[in-house]
Amino acid sequence: MVKKLKQSAGLKNYKALAIDNAMYIILLTMILFVTIMEPKFLSIGNFQNILMNSSVRLIIALGVSGALITRGTDLSAGRIVGVGAVIAGTLLQRSDYAARFFPNFPDVPVWTILILAMVVTMLIGLVNGLVVAYLHVPPFIATLGMQSIVYGFAQVYTRNEPIGGLKVELTGIATGRIFQIPNLAIIAMIVIAIIWFIFNMTKFGKYIYAIGGNEIAAEVAGVNVTFTKIRVYAMAGLLYGLAGFLLAAKSGGATANYGQGYELEAIAACTIGGVSTAGGVGTVSGIVSGVLIFELLKTALQFLGVTPDLQYVAIGIVIVAAVAIDIRKYLAKK
Amino acid sequence: MENEIILSMNHVSKSFPGVKALDDVSFHVRKGTVHALMGENGAGKSTLMKCLFGIYSLDEGDIVLDGQPVKFHNPKAALEAGITMIHQELQPIPYRSISENLWVGRYPMIKFGPFGFVDAKKMREMSADLLKRVRLNVNPDTKLKDLSVSQIQSIEIAKAISHNAKIIIMDEPTSSLTQAEVTQLFEIIDELRASGVSIIYISHKMEEILRISDEVTIMRDGRYIGTYLASELTMDTIITKMVGRELTNLYPPRDNVPGEVVFEVRDFSSPNPRSFQNVSFDLRKGEILGIGGLVGAQRTELVEGLFGVRASSAGEIKLHGKKLRINHPRDAIRNGMSLLTEDRRGSGIFGVLSVRDNVSVASLDEFVDYHLKLNNRRLNQLAEENIKKLSIKTPSTKTKIQSLSGGNQQKVIISRWLARDPEIFILDEPTRGIDVGAKYEIYSIMVNLAKAGKSVIMISSEMPELLGMSDRVMVMCEGKLSGILDGKDASQEKIMELATKYM
Repeated sequence: MVKKLKQSAGLKNYKALAIDNAMYIILLTMILFVTIMEPKFLSIGNFQNILMNSSVRLIIALGVSGALITRGTDLSAGRIVGVGAVIAGTLLQRSDYAARFFPNFPDVPVWTILILAMVVTMLIGLVNGLVVAYLHVPPFIATLGMQSIVYGFAQVYTRNEPIGGLKVELTGIATGRIFQIPNLAIIAMIVIAIIWFIFNMTKFGKYIYAIGGNEIAAEVAGVNVTFTKIRVYAMAGLLYGLAGFLLAAKSGGATANYGQGYELEAIAACTIGGVSTAGGVGTVSGIVSGVLIFELLKTALQFLGVTPDLQYVAIGIVIVAAVAIDIRKYLAKK
Repeated sequence: MENEIILSMNHVSKSFPGVKALDDVSFHVRKGTVHALMGENGAGKSTLMKCLFGIYSLDEGDIVLDGQPVKFHNPKAALEAGITMIHQELQPIPYRSISENLWVGRYPMIKFGPFGFVDAKKMREMSADLLKRVRLNVNPDTKLKDLSVSQIQSIEIAKAISHNAKIIIMDEPTSSLTQAEVTQLFEIIDELRASGVSIIYISHKMEEILRISDEVTIMRDGRYIGTYLASELTMDTIITKMVGRELTNLYPPRDNVPGEVVFEVRDFSSPNPRSFQNVSFDLRKGEILGIGGLVGAQRTELVEGLFGVRASSAGEIKLHGKKLRINHPRDAIRNGMSLLTEDRRGSGIFGVLSVRDNVSVASLDEFVDYHLKLNNRRLNQLAEENIKKLSIKTPSTKTKIQSLSGGNQQKVIISRWLARDPEIFILDEPTRGIDVGAKYEIYSIMVNLAKAGKSVIMISSEMPELLGMSDRVMVMCEGKLSGILDGKDASQEKIMELATKYM
């Protein structure tokens, strides 16, 4: 009897362990399965590719996560990424490129345009924050409106023309590597470190979690809820600008359509990574694994020869299934 | 007791990771009786009821209902077997009518082959019948949001009746009722009892228990202590059995000495004409000022106005003779004020955050190094010191506060303010829903604060607490200040007289 009890307790522990680490188990199983089907999946080149793709997505997801943790959301993320991309694209074309967007624009250092792009997108995020915090428009609606506004402006700005002929200094940022690690991944790691620091080691970070945990209690405890929310959306804008800039560098061009739909992938990745839409819960490590799972999945499907149309179906199923498994963590506590 | 036993829970045990919540508990309820279940918070009452109601599964033990062994896997199964629960925190659907709230999930239908339509007429008639049984004279089409707390509770009881309940579990049913409403509730309970329904009544209020119940089962630390006839018990014996020690005094000795006036409020008014109007009072250094009044006297609104949670339209607040401008809780906090809100879950705790984060959230400014980085080591220290100082029962500083008992949550919020060392402590119903032992600890904290020269304002709806703890009692009625009594002269009668002065 005692032995039997012990056994069942052991089994329970394994089950709990499996549920707690469901995300990582899924990740490993996926890698294993695809590698067996298609050994080339494990090549360094492929992993560099995945890292490069994830890097940009991760920066966007980290931006959205702040909004999600405060019980908000940011549907304008993708379109703001597009703004960052077209600013970088239009202002950093080769001087000998025939179809220059601004034929007489001087040759300026790449970093000045990076800063410009980030400042512009931060200001857009700031407006999001002001509308959410001061006008009390629900974030879903406020950022839905901003999504449309920003896209319109980006089209006007680019006259709906695709931008090409980008400087090597710009595209080099994306193609470069240090010790086989893509530059993009290094930039992403720096962003991860900064956001981890903000979320865990600063007053601002604690206030983000407090607002998500209980906004009224935060107000009573003296947290400046308005200002914190504004900062959350402005910080997100800043990150979208960086992501857009890197996206232009990576693809060697830009259009106003860049970034379309990225907000949904970012929200999905955050949710897969354990960020609760009920607010107050979410970790940087969770978000990183959420994004990695997402990108790995996409690449794995390509490797398995699934057609792009069916890839959408598979991705949708995995998002829902992953969250359904992850949510057991909290349900199982009963 | 002659009545037959309708429900038996035999040798029930239930463990959660790290705690044995129930340890071999047996519990028997007789048909047509009111059976009180008592114990301190954390004694296992709620867990036992959740096991009965199918929310938790049993680790060991069994349940016998009406002679049949039963096993409920969810509340729905329990409901169908005739067990209903009226929760401590009611969860109605505010924007729907009484009828819909009563019949949601089991609407009377008119069938047309595969299609069905809600039979609105029948639903309204059935609702009207039920409302009559719980003596509620309102239209069944009224939206729930327009009802008072006691009315909503009556709706819950009506719902229980409609389920043909054999057993109704009531968890702290009187915690937000006025005296008159309590009397009415007891009349309804008497009728239910007479019609053969058994009631399991969970409450901390001993006078009520002695008045309404037939039998009393007492639990302590997850264990069964005993079942007694209510007629054989006194308040003292109940307390002794609940805490396992003699509690000679319910209140600590108040050896604080009120000094000079530090905080002055003059003609303080709300923009809402039905809320607090022209309230003026003084608060002394080292004083505990009680605020009494009936539910709806606008006491909470007044202190929330003082603290900047609510708007105020006129009046003056002075601290040490200096006029304060308070538009926001931050302004109040900066000037050395603190507020423990009435609604702990709604505006006090951050449920999903750790004990540590809950303690430190209001004083993070003091833990920032180099204007940027939080000193996590010192934050941990702060939490650990407070856990020790206020004897907060928690597995660790990282535990989510929502898994602590009410009394311990309350102590965490108190330590949140202690960390800022404010001069003025405003405590709104600080002991609501807290067990006797923890109450005493909170009273001691209040006395110690006053002795250290702090000023305490305490809103309380419990007369003995007001009389036992206040240096002066300020009474409100319908938003107006109806009088301030000296603690020595105050009595229940005088307070009641003032509390109904403008009605």
